Amino acid sequence: MILQVEDLNRSFGGVQAVKDVSFTVREGMIKAVIGPNGAGKTTLFNLISGTLRPDSGKVMLEDREITGLPPHRIAGMGIARTFQHIRLFPGMTVLENVMIGCHIHGKAGFLAGMLNLPWTWKEERRLMERACEVLGFLSLDDYMYNDALSLPYGQQRILEIARALAVGPRLLLLDEPAAGLNMRETVQMAEIIRKIKEQGITVLLVEHDMSLVMNISDEVLVLSYGEKIADDLPLRVQKDPEVIRVYLGEEDAQD
Amino acid sequence: MRRNVAGYLPVGLLAILVFILQVVLKTSGKEYFLTQITMSVYYSILIVGLCILMGYAGQISLGHAGFFAMGGYITAVLTTFNLLPYADLPVMKIMDMLGMFSRWQDLYGTDIMSVRPIYAGIFAVLFTIVAAYLIGIPVLKLKGHYLAMATLGFGIIIYRVVLGTPLFGEADGISDVPPFGIIGPLRVSGDMSERVMNYYIAWGLLLIGVLFLINLVNSRVGRALRAIHGAEDAANAMGVDTSGYKLRTFILSAVYAAVAGVFLTHYNGGIGPSEASVMKSVRYVAIVAIGGMANIWGALVMGLGLNFLSLRGYFGSYDDAVFGGILIVIMLFAPEGPLRREFFSRIMGLVRGEKEARG
Repeated sequence: MILQVEDLNRSFGGVQAVKDVSFTVREGMIKAVIGPNGAGKTTLFNLISGTLRPDSGKVMLEDREITGLPPHRIAGMGIARTFQHIRLFPGMTVLENVMIGCHIHGKAGFLAGMLNLPWTWKEERRLMERACEVLGFLSLDDYMYNDALSLPYGQQRILEIARALAVGPRLLLLDEPAAGLNMRETVQMAEIIRKIKEQGITVLLVEHDMSLVMNISDEVLVLSYGEKIADDLPLRVQKDPEVIRVYLGEEDAQD
Repeated sequence: MRRNVAGYLPVGLLAILVFILQVVLKTSGKEYFLTQITMSVYYSILIVGLCILMGYAGQISLGHAGFFAMGGYITAVLTTFNLLPYADLPVMKIMDMLGMFSRWQDLYGTDIMSVRPIYAGIFAVLFTIVAAYLIGIPVLKLKGHYLAMATLGFGIIIYRVVLGTPLFGEADGISDVPPFGIIGPLRVSGDMSERVMNYYIAWGLLLIGVLFLINLVNSRVGRALRAIHGAEDAANAMGVDTSGYKLRTFILSAVYAAVAGVFLTHYNGGIGPSEASVMKSVRYVAIVAIGGMANIWGALVMGLGLNFLSLRGYFGSYDDAVFGGILIVIMLFAPEGPLRREFFSRIMGLVRGEKEARG
């Protein structure tokens, strides 16, 4: 198990956004988290990546507990993420954006930077090569020196993934990677996610696009009002009466 | 791999300009300008440091006059406080043997033993580092105008402490601060005969400071700071220790402020409470804003120019009002700074719009 989540809880005011959620992710798989709007999917992601602290419960990356660690520590331990609403760095080039993903693979600090020590040049070159490699992998290398926010929307989504891959994660969290993409771009995104899996990187994704989810996922976790209602193979989840009820409404399920 | 060579070119050019300026002032008999230029240069050290904090890390501070005053006042107290009555204490004897004290006579011929300026200056900067660290930890958790208000609070505290403490001379401040011997014949003093030397000492310090910051901006840390400015949560999720970097940048800018405070206090031979006033902090923020926020050279040019004009008295009694006005105009028309094409096109747009409305 690369990721184990045990009895995770988190509430905002009186609203229980995530309630006693437990699940596991096996190494090398693609697992999807689905659920209606407000089901707690993004909150769950934020709890795993450290953006939010859980009220109770445990998150384990392999054998190490990462519950409540700050995001940068969790990134350093091998979990990288993308954001539902694109969060690229404005005013920075495509290459620079990805080089921030490479940040943890360097160590030049304030003093070394201020003194411009020769070893930092070599390090910068290494980080740049690493970033270029990732950009090549996702065919973004032609736009390397463009301003990140000048890319078309679909390419910005891919750049978010490139930046996360540059971290060198063992587990990649994708928060609605196909949101706002057209059908052709969604197919392309599915291809990219498969390619990432082939690299031996485990993927956990939140997604609304059912065709994408059923197409690429090895397992599907369904949340509703913060609670887990199903966690199974895609085909079985599709036939689960509870899932159908949540997605289509009670009356339709009875028909 | 060669890096940054192009970035060093302006520093070299500026060094040449500095020399030319001194020669021109000498030949035109206006050498008295050197004093205000030297003072402006010291203020500019604080301003380029604040520029890194505001423009690159995206954090505001309305308390930097507090750090400037901290550096200036600590060195002023240590170098003027008479330790002679305590000279027999064992600790003092050891420190004396290590050469940490200097003996001199004041205007009335009283024998004084005080801390040697170089040690006082180093202590003042170290103290400021600790203070900035302790203040930065809680304060930098805040964002936007909450951060502005908290740093403003810090600035007010320093101002009132300085104004209310007899040790700091209350409203009179501290005078008779001795010159600061750096190495060999190099010393920071307001002595007329050493004016040219001090002009170059100040510029040397500023240019080194700017060089360090240019390097920093172009380094891995500089990139991370820009990322924090652009999208803090995303930078954090990519492995950037955002709170650690913000804290270190805050401390770095406080060090620039304290160093400026130490040097200017020895240059002026004293320091008064107005250096700690909130209006001074507002002025520094206004200068960084008019310099273009994320623009070290812009901050430098504006810092030199506006401080010089202010010190020469061109703004008269409206000194603080001028800086307040600058802040309003910049925030309204050019929050990214006026040294950009957009600002001019915007002004042109206003002019054109008016014409159309009239037509």
